[in-house]
Amino acid sequence: MSDFPRWKYALVVIVLLLGIVYALPNVFPPQPAVQISGNRGATVDDALKTKVQDILATAKTPASVIDVDTKTSRLLARFATADAQTKASDALRTALGESYTVALNQASTVPAWLQSINAFSMPLGLDLQGGVHFLMEVDQGAVVDAQETRYADDIRALLREKKVSYDAVNRNARGQGVSVVLRTDADRQSAASLIATDYPELTATDGAATGNRFILNAVIKPTKLRELSQSMITQNLTTLRQRVNALGVSEPLIQQQGANQIVVELAGVQDTAEAKKIIGAVATLQYRAGLYTPPQAADAARSGSVPPDAKLYYGRDGRPYLLSKTIIATGDELTSAVSGRDQQNGSPNVSVSLNSSGARKMQDFTNGNVGKPMAVLYITRTTETKMVDGKEVKTPKITEEVINYANISSPFGKQFSTNGLPSDSEASELALLLRGGSLAVPIDIVGESVIGPSLGADNIDKGFKAVMLGLGLVLVAAAIYYKLFGLVADVALFFNLVLLIAVMSMIHVTLTMPGIAGIVLTLGMAIDANVLICERIREELRNGSSPLAAIRTGYDKAWATILDANVTHLLAALGLMTMGSGPIKGFGVTLFIGILTSMFTSVTVTHAITALIHGGRKLKTLSV
Amino acid sequence: MEIFNHNSNFNFLGLRRFSIGLGILLMLGSIGLIIGKGFNYGQDFVGGVAVEVEYQSAIDPADVRSALEKSGLENPLVQAVGGTRDYTIRMQPKDDKNSVALTGDEAAAKVAGDVIAALKVSRPDVIQKSRSFVGPQVGEELRSDGVVAVAFVIIGIMGYLWLRFEWRFAVAALATEIHDVLVTLGIFAITQRDFDLTVLASVLAVVGYSINDKVVVFDRVRELFRASRNATPEEVLNRSINSTLSRTIITSLFTGITMAALFFIGGPVVHGFAITMLIGILVGTLSSIFIASPILLWLGVSKKDLMPRSKEDPELERRP
Repeated sequence: MSDFPRWKYALVVIVLLLGIVYALPNVFPPQPAVQISGNRGATVDDALKTKVQDILATAKTPASVIDVDTKTSRLLARFATADAQTKASDALRTALGESYTVALNQASTVPAWLQSINAFSMPLGLDLQGGVHFLMEVDQGAVVDAQETRYADDIRALLREKKVSYDAVNRNARGQGVSVVLRTDADRQSAASLIATDYPELTATDGAATGNRFILNAVIKPTKLRELSQSMITQNLTTLRQRVNALGVSEPLIQQQGANQIVVELAGVQDTAEAKKIIGAVATLQYRAGLYTPPQAADAARSGSVPPDAKLYYGRDGRPYLLSKTIIATGDELTSAVSGRDQQNGSPNVSVSLNSSGARKMQDFTNGNVGKPMAVLYITRTTETKMVDGKEVKTPKITEEVINYANISSPFGKQFSTNGLPSDSEASELALLLRGGSLAVPIDIVGESVIGPSLGADNIDKGFKAVMLGLGLVLVAAAIYYKLFGLVADVALFFNLVLLIAVMSMIHVTLTMPGIAGIVLTLGMAIDANVLICERIREELRNGSSPLAAIRTGYDKAWATILDANVTHLLAALGLMTMGSGPIKGFGVTLFIGILTSMFTSVTVTHAITALIHGGRKLKTLSV
Repeated sequence: MEIFNHNSNFNFLGLRRFSIGLGILLMLGSIGLIIGKGFNYGQDFVGGVAVEVEYQSAIDPADVRSALEKSGLENPLVQAVGGTRDYTIRMQPKDDKNSVALTGDEAAAKVAGDVIAALKVSRPDVIQKSRSFVGPQVGEELRSDGVVAVAFVIIGIMGYLWLRFEWRFAVAALATEIHDVLVTLGIFAITQRDFDLTVLASVLAVVGYSINDKVVVFDRVRELFRASRNATPEEVLNRSINSTLSRTIITSLFTGITMAALFFIGGPVVHGFAITMLIGILVGTLSSIFIASPILLWLGVSKKDLMPRSKEDPELERRP
């Protein structure tokens, strides 16, 4: 026993127990469920539960359990089969209508005591539970088009304002910038210096000069274009997250991939058209005058009697507003929205610029309305497909929300800012929403796929069997080849699998098919450390060491090798993790964690067991 | 139980001219194949069209395939999507002679149309459920990411070996690693198996596995050099290979069995992965035995390069 300190035994026991507890949730398979959440104002309570029960009884798909969570105001109905789940969700969607969002979900069956200590099962990847996958890419060409058109407008306005006479301002071919035709070389010089001061993101170079045509080319700098495309991605990510969250899809994955792509994965969703409807929604925004006072708006919302010159809208927090029916400016007149800090009092703000037509209208309106409120209305348009008498009927669905409501402090036109926002994060969210509504977002779906739920179930089955068979074969082989030490290694290998799953569950690694392949590979390679140890012990025995000395030197010498070999292997796993794309990353993460857990189980755990078996006994031979 | 004679003292280094020569030959051959034949890139890399179809009643995947091939659609990849009525058919636009004039979305739409038309000829009860495509620009990025990842891994490993051992070990590992990757890729080029994202991942895993193998031998080389009084480098290297031989082969067998299990029952998704690992394990094991050490000898590894520099060297204090 002297070989192995007491605290290490304690460590081994504690780690293994924790491993078992945190790996345990994966034994409970998720259950098909339908999640219902209320849209603005609609309450989720026991009355809804009764209603849902009635609807399901009529549709002959009773739920096994219905839970109402008042905290998150969500209702969860669980079903025995995926078929019942689909049927039920169709029935509920038709019966509940607009006020509720009905979404397919995978409900956890992990017991409450495990959940209370944050032990959850690993989320399953799309390849294991089915769902839709979209790969979207910012259309660089459209970004360039939009910007070049905008700069052509702006340069025209700038020259007019500064009284520089010009013949024409036109776009060149895509990516070639804007060409300004001027009458004299002097005009060209002044135009160039004006552009350089006002638009530092443009490079102005002299073009051909013939007779009285002096051409100046203004090209957008590549850094500016990259910046624009990144901001497109960020803004798309934000709007996509908001839309998908409203759907209640369990664990949606929305992330940037590479420089200009976005991956969207919606588990459990099978209908690409439905999903595209959500992710392909187009947002716009409108500036409108705010009318009446907040109490009057609240009254109107309560009584339902809205003054004839106004229309009732709601903010994101559900607060009512009365806005003018006339639109001051729209989203496509907005050229940029940047969050920052107010120069004077340092409070978070958003600076907005409009193009020349928007600026003119804004100037006209604000001149006469200082001190009065103005609001930004955010409008999302989606197309809803419903089956009516067996025919598909497409109806546009429009959601309107007030995202900003503020008083006009002084007249403004092209440039203005919304000050006094409560926090930096709200400022940046407002800026993102404004940009999101500022143009029909040039983003294309460059790849899409649907994985059926049966394929997912099949993959899980095959993956599970492969892990079990791989594990079983290695267990048998090790026991035959290294006898008692092999059996000890087997125990450690089994615990390695448990620990690997526990760690993956704890850090919420999404389990995918490549991840399962990583688990199998880890099992195969984890035994390597034991092979090294056993071979060393055999060598020491052959060199005439006593059994206990052989164990001690065997572990000591093998450890040096195991450490070097595993560090290099970890580097390889790290490389896999850094390879952006999802499935490969899952494989890399699994391998990385597996190498770390295997170092613990193969060395420390086996050493503990070996010391326990052989410690304090007089041995003549070792079973290795 | 022991398979290997623990007193074996096979003169591996004596074969060095032959083994290194063979290694170089295999590498050159692989480069030739990779350049000449190229890889059969999967949908991940080259993009392509996927059409999902549904039959009214069951059909064998082989019948689906032959229906497509009869209509001149080459290399269709037919996958059952749960059951025997739903299939996904993957096609490259290049394999449809009628769509060569078109590009991008248009070609994808044409191919999808042709697939349905071809299937309708043999079985009119087929309907298209959906179609999808992956644009070629997607793969471009993945491929360059992959190359960066492989480079990153190799440089990282070299740096570590340089620090822990000596530059000769880093160079020998790098050369052997390049050999292993090239030969594995060469086998992919010659067999024209689908080269997709999971295969690329497993090539990296092969690098990890094979370096693991080499480090075990190198570790023994260092140990024996430090312990030996006047043995020649050739003797030390031979002894290192022989005394780690049992471990090298047993570990390969153990890892091999798990990968074989994955290959046979893991399903089509991980086929490419498992087969690459199996190839990589074989190549990596052979190169650990026959190639890495001869390179060390050739680089002039010696006892004095491996002696600890000072007593304060913390590496000496390594203990579990």
